[in-house]
Amino acid sequence: MHKDLLRLARAERSVRIHLACCLAAAVVAGLLVLVQAELLAGVLSGRFAIAALLPLALVVACRGLLGWAQGVLAGRAATALKSALRRLLFGRVEGLGPAYRSGELVTLAGRGLDALDPYLTGYLPSVAVAGVVPLAVVVRLFVADLATAVIVVLTLPLIPIFGALVGWTTKTVTERQWRALARLGGHFLDVVRGLPTLRAFGRARYQASVIREVAEAHRAATMRTLRVAFLSSLVLELVASLSLALVAVPVGLRLLSGSLDLRTALLVLLLAPEAYLPLRAMGTRFHAAMEGVAAADEAFAVINPPQEAGRATAPAGAATGTGKAGGAGRPAPAGGPPEIRLEDVTVRYPGREETALDRVSLVIEPGERLAIVGPSGAGKSTLLHLLLGFVTPSEGRVLVDGTDLAGLDLDEWRRRLAFVPQRPHLFATSVADNIALGSAAGPEEVRAAAAAAQVAEFAAALPQGYDTPLGERGANLSAGQRQRVALARAFCRPAARVLLLDEPTARLDGRSEAAIVAATRRLAEGRTAIIVAHRPAMIDLADRVVRLDGGALVPPVPAPPISLQGGEAR
Amino acid sequence: MSRAEATTKTAMKTATETSAVASPLSVVTGTGMGRRLVLAALAGAAADLAGVALIASAAWLITRAAEQPPLAALSVAIVAVRAFATTRGVFRYGERLAGHDVALRAQAGTRERLYRALIPAGPLPQRGADLLSRMVDDTDAVQDLLVRCLLPAAAALITGVAAVVIAGFLLPAAAFVLAAGLLVAGVLLPAGTAAAARRWSARIAPARADLAARVADLVHGAADLAAYGARDRALSAAMDADGRLSLLERGQARINATALGVGMLTQGLTVVVVVLTAQAAGLGRVATAVAALTALVAFEPALPLAAAGERFAGVVAALRRLRETAATAPAVREPADPAPAPEPPLTVEVDDLVVRHGGREPALNGVSLTLTPGRRVAVVGPSGAGKSTLLSALMRTVEIESGAIRLNGVDVRRLSSDDVRALVTGLTQDPYVFQATVSDNLRLAGPQASTEDIEAAVRRARLDAWTERTGWDAVLGEDGRTVSGGQLQRLALARALLYDPPVLLLDEPAEALDEETADLLMADLLDATRGRTTLLVTHRLRGLEQVDEIVVLEGGRVTQRGAHADLVAVPGYYRDLWESEALTRHRG
Repeated sequence: MHKDLLRLARAERSVRIHLACCLAAAVVAGLLVLVQAELLAGVLSGRFAIAALLPLALVVACRGLLGWAQGVLAGRAATALKSALRRLLFGRVEGLGPAYRSGELVTLAGRGLDALDPYLTGYLPSVAVAGVVPLAVVVRLFVADLATAVIVVLTLPLIPIFGALVGWTTKTVTERQWRALARLGGHFLDVVRGLPTLRAFGRARYQASVIREVAEAHRAATMRTLRVAFLSSLVLELVASLSLALVAVPVGLRLLSGSLDLRTALLVLLLAPEAYLPLRAMGTRFHAAMEGVAAADEAFAVINPPQEAGRATAPAGAATGTGKAGGAGRPAPAGGPPEIRLEDVTVRYPGREETALDRVSLVIEPGERLAIVGPSGAGKSTLLHLLLGFVTPSEGRVLVDGTDLAGLDLDEWRRRLAFVPQRPHLFATSVADNIALGSAAGPEEVRAAAAAAQVAEFAAALPQGYDTPLGERGANLSAGQRQRVALARAFCRPAARVLLLDEPTARLDGRSEAAIVAATRRLAEGRTAIIVAHRPAMIDLADRVVRLDGGALVPPVPAPPISLQGGEAR
Repeated sequence: MSRAEATTKTAMKTATETSAVASPLSVVTGTGMGRRLVLAALAGAAADLAGVALIASAAWLITRAAEQPPLAALSVAIVAVRAFATTRGVFRYGERLAGHDVALRAQAGTRERLYRALIPAGPLPQRGADLLSRMVDDTDAVQDLLVRCLLPAAAALITGVAAVVIAGFLLPAAAFVLAAGLLVAGVLLPAGTAAAARRWSARIAPARADLAARVADLVHGAADLAAYGARDRALSAAMDADGRLSLLERGQARINATALGVGMLTQGLTVVVVVLTAQAAGLGRVATAVAALTALVAFEPALPLAAAGERFAGVVAALRRLRETAATAPAVREPADPAPAPEPPLTVEVDDLVVRHGGREPALNGVSLTLTPGRRVAVVGPSGAGKSTLLSALMRTVEIESGAIRLNGVDVRRLSSDDVRALVTGLTQDPYVFQATVSDNLRLAGPQASTEDIEAAVRRARLDAWTERTGWDAVLGEDGRTVSGGQLQRLALARALLYDPPVLLLDEPAEALDEETADLLMADLLDATRGRTTLLVTHRLRGLEQVDEIVVLEGGRVTQRGAHADLVAVPGYYRDLWESEALTRHRG
C-alpha cells in the first residue's frame, strides 16, 4: 500500500476501522467459497443429504451479506480518507503562496482525489483476498488430493511470474502509449479551444481531417502495443484454464480406476479455479489502482513538500493559520494609524534568482497617502504582501510603531489593515457576504459600505439584490464592479487604520475609474493609505509618490503639482 | 464544382454530422464499425461460452467417470475439456483486441463528428475552459460504452442463452430457474444500478460543484481570506461541503454494495434451487452436477453487468451532453444559394445595424458606418458598449436582426460565412496559441506563405526579436513555452498581417497588457496598418489622431463620431477618456 496513504489511514480512526472491517469482510467472503465448494461437492456427489442445501443457502446468504458489507465499508473508508486528505490539503493552501498553480490544486482536491476510490474499494480488498484465499485453497487441496495440490502449487506462481514478465517487457511501450493517448486528448482539446481562431483564418474545416489523421495514426500505434500488452491476459487466462484441464482429466481417470471418490473429485474441480481467481482479479484492478497511487502521490507532494530554500524566504503564509507562531506574537499597538518603517528590506522568492525587493528603506508616516509606481514586476505588489505578512523579509525588517512585524500577532495586525487586491476574488456567496467578508457586520453596515463604495447602484439591479450569489457560477460582474465590491469590503472594516490598494483601477475604463477614485478618497480619510497605482487619477490622491524599479526604490520622478510632502524616501 | 454546390454540400454534410452524434448507438453505425463490433462481441461470447463449456464438460467427465464406464466413453469429454481450456484464452485475447480497436475507431469518429458540428456553431455560450475539457472527456465515454457496457452485455446475453439451453436439455424446470436467476443478475440489477446512478448523480453533481466552488474560493481567494481574517470560516465551509458530498457518496456506495450482494446471493440461490429441482425431478447424478456447475459459471459474465449499469448511466449522460453541444444552432443562417464573393478592393457599409444576443436588450442598436478602401476607422467605448459584437457581425459569427452589412453593395447574408471571413477578418478577441511550434502557430494564417512572407509579418508585428530568441521550432501552448500577454497579442497581429485580408479587423489588440507594452504595441500597429482598410476596436486613445474616423459606441448606439481633433473639442465620453489618459502621458 502507498506509504503515506497507509500512515494517514492508520492515523484516522474512521478510515482505520472501516478499512480493516472492509478487508476482513472481503477475506471472510473469500474463505466462505471453500465452505460453499465443500457443501456443493457433498450434495452433488450424493454424500450429503439433500438437507445440506439449507446450510449451503445460508453460506450463500452470508457471502452476499459480506459482499454488501464490504462495499458499504469501503465507501465509508474511501470518503473518510478523502475528507482527511482534503483537510490536509486545505491546511497547506496558504503555505503554498500565491505562486502555486492554484488551478491544479482545485482540481486535485476535487475530482483528482476520486481516483483513490478504485484503489481503496477495489484494489486493496482484492490484494487482501489474493493474500489469503489461494493459500487456504492450496491447503485444503493438499488435504483432499495431493496430486491436484501439486499441480496447482506448480502452476499458481506462473500467474504473477508471467504477469510481471509480460508487464515488464511491455511497460515502457505501454506507458508511452498512454502518454500518447493523453496527448491525443490534448490535441483535440487544443483544436476545439482554438476554433474561433481557426475560423477567423478559414482553417477550421481543414483541421477536421487533421483530427481524423492524428486519431488514425494513434489507433494504429496503440493496437500494435496492445497486441503485445494483452499477451499478459492471454497467458494468465491460459494458465488458469489449462490448469483446470490438467486437474480435471487426471482426476477423471483416477475416478475411473476407483482410486478417488466423487466428492473429493468434485471438490477439487470446484476449488481449483478459486486458487487462480483472486490473483487474476487483483491483476485486472492494477491499472486503475495505479491511477489512485498517482493521485495520492500528487496530494502528498503538496501536503509534504520537498524541503527546499531557506525557511526565512519561504512565503510566510504557512504561519498565518493562527498567526501566533507559538503564542509569542505580541498584540499590535492599537489606536490611530501606525508609523510603518521598512529598514533595508530584501525579499527573495524561493527558487528565483533575482530579488523581488532589494534593500528597500521607507518610512510611512501615520495618515500619509503614499502612491507606489513603477513598471510591472518592479516589486510593488510584493511590498504590499510584505506589509500584509504574506511574505517575510529575507533580510532587513519591517517596524510597526517601532515593533518588528515578525513579532506581531498577524491576525491582530491584519485586523487593522484593509486590502484591495488587483484582482479581488469574489466568493461563491451572496453580495452581502462578499462585502462582510471576515467581519461581523450586520445588513445595515453592509449597505452603508456598499453605498460608500458605489456598489449600491448596481447591487439593486441584480436579480436578488444583495442576496445574489456571486463567484464563478454566480452573477457576472464587470471588472469595475468587482473592484467596487472589494472596496466595499474595506469600507466594512471601520477599525482598519491602514489601507493597502493594489492597482485598483487597472483595466477599468475612465468612468469606472472615477467612481473608484472618489470612493478611495473617502476611504483614505483618517487612515494611512498605501496605493500601488499607475493611473494619474489614483496617483493624484497621494501625498507622496515613490517609484520602484527592479525591486529597488529609485529617486522619485518630479512630484505632481498637488504633492504636499514629496521627498527622498531613503 | 461551383461554389454554390460546394456550400450546399457542406451544409448537408453538417446536417448529417450533427445527427450522427444524436444517438448513443449511432457511434457503432459508421462504416465497417458494425462488422467489427459484431466480431468483438462474438469473440467475447466465445470466450465466455468456452468458460461455461469447460466447467460443464469437466463436471460431466468427473461425475461420469465416477460411474466407472469404459475409458472410450470419456474420450470425447477429455478432448472437450482440453479444447475449451485452450480456446478460452485465445478468444479472450481476440475480444480484447477487437474491442479496443472498435472503441478507438468509435472515439476518433465521435471526436471528428463533434468537431465538424462545432465549426458552424456560434460561440458556445458561457463555456469556460473547464466545460470544454469536460466535453472532450465526454467523447471518451464512447470507449466505455463499447468496452465496458455493450460488448460485455452482448457476451453475457449469448452465454446466458446458451447456458439456459444446456440446462433445458437436461431439465426444463432447471432451465427456467437458471433463466430467472440470470434475468435478475444480468438485467434487473444493471437496470437498477443504472437508474440509481442516474438519480444519485443528479444529487451528487451539485454537491461536487459546491465543493469545487468552496475549494476554488479557498485557493483563489487565499490572499483575500488571509487579509480579512476570514480563512477559518471558508475552511469550515469547504469541509462542510466535503461532508455533504461524502454522505451522498456513501449512499451511492450502499446502492452499489447492495447490487453486488444481491448478485452473489442470486448466483448461489439459483444453484441451490437448480439442485433442488433436479433432485425433485429425480434427475441423475451426472446431469444434476452438469446443470449445477453450468448454472454457477453462467453467472460469471452476468455479475459484472451491475457495475456496467452504473457506468452506462454516466455514458448516456455524457453522450446526451455531446448531442446537445453538437446541436448548438449555427450562429448564422447560410444562404441556400450564396452569391459570388465580391472582389477586393472592398467597401464595407454597416447600415442601421441591430444585433441582439438572446432575448436581451440589443447589443447593437442602429449602428451605421462606412469603411472605404484604405481607410482606418477606430471604434471606442466602455466595456459592454457593443464593440466586439460589431466585429462579430462583420465576421458573420452573430446573426443580424435588422439593418444590413454590405460588401461592395452585396448583403453579407447572401454570402457564405466562410467567404465573408476570407474577406473580413483579423485579430479577434482572445487569440489562441496552439500547442505547436512558433512557425506552425503563424502558418495557420498562411499555409502557403513563403518564409519571407512570414518573416515580414513577424517584423511588422515587432515580434522578430522574440522569434529570434525562442527559435521558430519552439513549442508553445499549455505544455510548452508560456507566452506573455504582449507576445500573444503580437503573435495574433502577425497572423492577421500574414493572412492579409482585404478588410482587417483588430479587436482590442492592447487588451490585458500593461501600459508601457500597450503603448508600444499600439504604436507598432498603427504603423503596420497604414494604407490598409482597417477597423480597430480599442479603449486606448493614444495615437488615434492617425486614423481617419473614430466612432464612439455607448450602449449599442453611436454617440459620437469624427476625427480625433473634433472629438477632443467637445464634451463627452471621448474627451473624458482622453483627459484621463493624457494625465498618464506626461508622467511616462
